[in-house]
Amino acid sequence: MARRSISREGVEVHTFSWATSILVPLLALAIQASLPLRLPFFAVFDLPLLTVLFFSVARRNPIAGTVTGCVIGVLQDALTQLPIGLFGMAKTVVGYIASSIGAKVDVENPGSRLIMTFSFYLLHRMLYQVARSMAQMPIPFRWGHELAAALANALLAVVLFVALDRLKQRK
Amino acid sequence: MENFFTRYRKETVLVVLLFVQMIALATQVKVRVKNTDPMQGPTVTQEGGTRLLRVWAVAMVSPFQKAAVNTGVAVRGLWHSYIDLRGMRRDNDLLQEEVNRLRMEQVRMHEDAEQGRRLQALLGFKQQFPSKTVAAEVIGTSGTELSRVVYVNRGRRDGLEPGMAVITPDGIVGKVTRADRTTSQILLINDPTSGAGVMLERLRLNGILKGTTAGYPEILYVMADEKIQTGDRVLTTGGDRVFPKGMLVGTVESVMPDRERDPFLAIKVRPAVNLSRLEEVLVITEVVERTPYATDSTSGPMKAADMLAQRLPSVPKKELTADPTKPETPVLGIAATPAKTPGKTTGPATSITDPANKKTAVAPASQPMQASPKAAKAPINKIAATIVVKTAGNAKANQVTTPAKKPTALKPTAPNPTDTPKETPR
Repeated sequence: MARRSISREGVEVHTFSWATSILVPLLALAIQASLPLRLPFFAVFDLPLLTVLFFSVARRNPIAGTVTGCVIGVLQDALTQLPIGLFGMAKTVVGYIASSIGAKVDVENPGSRLIMTFSFYLLHRMLYQVARSMAQMPIPFRWGHELAAALANALLAVVLFVALDRLKQRK
Repeated sequence: MENFFTRYRKETVLVVLLFVQMIALATQVKVRVKNTDPMQGPTVTQEGGTRLLRVWAVAMVSPFQKAAVNTGVAVRGLWHSYIDLRGMRRDNDLLQEEVNRLRMEQVRMHEDAEQGRRLQALLGFKQQFPSKTVAAEVIGTSGTELSRVVYVNRGRRDGLEPGMAVITPDGIVGKVTRADRTTSQILLINDPTSGAGVMLERLRLNGILKGTTAGYPEILYVMADEKIQTGDRVLTTGGDRVFPKGMLVGTVESVMPDRERDPFLAIKVRPAVNLSRLEEVLVITEVVERTPYATDSTSGPMKAADMLAQRLPSVPKKELTADPTKPETPVLGIAATPAKTPGKTTGPATSITDPANKKTAVAPASQPMQASPKAAKAPINKIAATIVVKTAGNAKANQVTTPAKKPTALKPTAPNPTDTPKETPR
């Protein structure tokens, strides 16, 4: 059961059932891994990142956000041939910051969600670049492509978060 | 101290999680660097203690993927059954035209192949042939552009192992990087961490094929003064010990100076296979290395003496391989006569003339023909051999005189199913 309460800053705090907490990220990973086979352009989206952002902002609990980001990131790493920890570290930090911001600012309206997702996508990619460099596997950062991908993810997030809002259950 | 952790609990959790992942990353990278062969990429690397985690992740996701793929296949099958019936007559006509064209082409290719095989056998050339493949269906991807891998529904249970080459009838796809029990991970050739030894077919230039973050493969380490053209075909060299030699990789799409490696070129390659829309692939599970098998001279031009022998009933047919003490009947249409002195070949130089190109390749007499180890142990009967080679599209026979060893050395170690069966020479 998801629950809703008010944080110290006066912002609504949501919780989710165990089933939602487990199945939604898993489904996001599965869709992300399957759809690019038929729709190659879908690879520009990062559904696991959007899931991390949604849960972190909704829960507004930095510890929960950090753990959520870490788990989803590590699972995403496990599907690649690259060392585990690259996506993991990037999403851990994103989960922490998103939930910290979510605890102070209301990010429920579409406009703020668009800006938030756009910014966090770029932050996530930069953190990933840093992690790749740490692992001695640097790759070039393509600004044009990343900005376009950030915008695409932000637009998808606006629609997706509205759908996921239905999973929030009140006390 | 307790107050510190209570006060900075969330920061502590963040630091601990990051630290653990950093340690894990460092461990994996250390193992990778230690075990990585530059040509093999990450294929031969160990995965430290992360293998179990990867298996779990794939096991959690693959049921969704398999279900999605199976549903898609079923729906497409129904739809295609309807569509196929509608356009069957038109397709049939088109296919018939295609068959006729291919038949004509086959005749020409057959002649080329025969000539190539004769020359390869003459030089003791060893070639790798994929002898066993496993068909696999692509069920998923890594889900990110930053890692170009796909998953297939075949694993260790089906004989797949890391390092095996993955192809389609159009060209190469990648190689197996991880094989679990029922699924395997395939690293595509357009991933930045992949690598393959390739060659430009027209110029016979070797280079290394690497993927890029933009998703296309490029050839590195080719000097800037080479005259490479757009559309040049790119083949595998076999030097990476993953892909058999001569498999199509793709064609050159563009050539530009490599900004990171100054005297070299960066050659963008258009893969022969559409790597973003893979459905079924073949995994080469077994490769055999053998000398190409050439058919006898019945496919080549008949000599005047043979024609005369057929027309004149008084002239008996030649006795072939009746006596085991005599040299066996050579392949390649070699007319053999025993040599006087055994041991190392000291006869005249080998020359092969191609009238189409008007070029003559001469091998010095000091370079004996390559013989198989089995043949090398046998007593050598030196033979002077005459080889009749027929070039494609030119009926003129070229006389090639060579100091041959025992002709059995030219026989293959195993029959090649793609070759035509050997016939008894007349």
